[in-house]
Amino acid sequence: MNEDCLEILLVEDNANDEALALYALRGLLVANKVQVARDGAEALDYAFCIGLYANRTAENPLLILLDKHLPLVDGLDVLRRLRADSRTYMIPVVMLTASSEERDIRDCYEQGANSYIVKPIDGDQFMKTAQKLGYHWLLIDRPPPDRIGADPPSLINAHPAE
Amino acid sequence: MIENAVQILLVEDNANDELLAVRALKGLLAAWNLWVVRDGAEALDYAFCTGPYADRAARNPQLILLDKKLPLVDGLEVLRRLRADPRTCLIPIVMLTGSAEESDITESYRLGVNSYIVKPIDFNQLAETARKLGGYWLRINQAPPNPVNVG
Repeated sequence: MNEDCLEILLVEDNANDEALALYALRGLLVANKVQVARDGAEALDYAFCIGLYANRTAENPLLILLDKHLPLVDGLDVLRRLRADSRTYMIPVVMLTASSEERDIRDCYEQGANSYIVKPIDGDQFMKTAQKLGYHWLLIDRPPPDRIGADPPSLINAHPAE
Repeated sequence: MIENAVQILLVEDNANDELLAVRALKGLLAAWNLWVVRDGAEALDYAFCTGPYADRAARNPQLILLDKKLPLVDGLEVLRRLRADPRTCLIPIVMLTGSAEESDITESYRLGVNSYIVKPIDFNQLAETARKLGGYWLRINQAPPNPVNVG
């Protein structure tokens, strides 16, 4: 139950970046489960519990790390659809993308991204960035309460009870 | 013009918390990159370049740290007005507040806050939190570009 609250959705089509992000996030002292979606359509299926994810517990992920350039459905479009639905519009979404184009940055904020991060090209830097963002969003930020009225995940005290 | 370099606007009416946040952020940015206002009305004046700030260069800060309970204009109202104006609607805003009430958290996210942080009660933890969040929003996060038609 508690573990479901602590889920992060990583939407990333690049296998290298996925591995690095997973490695960095695992280093944080939180019992987070990271769900990976490799394209925008899968991310939406996950978020709205349809298709492959029709049977998952309908709790929102704590955080969505969203690449901008994605197969099938573009990251910006995923963001737009999440923000347009009452079940998902408050989920913190951090864009994690290679683009540092002003246009992309503005578009993402306009669509309601909480934060925009340009992926460092260097592997070490990428790791550090992923750690810092994990620290901020998983340990410092207080996320919105879940849509189905479950207890809000209280992360700092996230010790599994049983 | 000095205000041109402001990266963080801190909206905080509690002198202790202000001092602590300023100290914690000092390692990240020079003193003139941090501007402190003590109530919601002054925060709006700053953001919209009105009143005492009529002459400042109209450049948005990279981050606004906003307390919820503020004199004159409440933090949620400040947030609402900043989000309603095209000049300020994209500025990253982080609530840094004593309230852990679910209704405050929900309302803040509904109004478009970027992040909501409950101030740790412990002195050292608050300093550490301020330092970490400052580092994140100044060095990791990419702030939105300034609106084109301002000024």
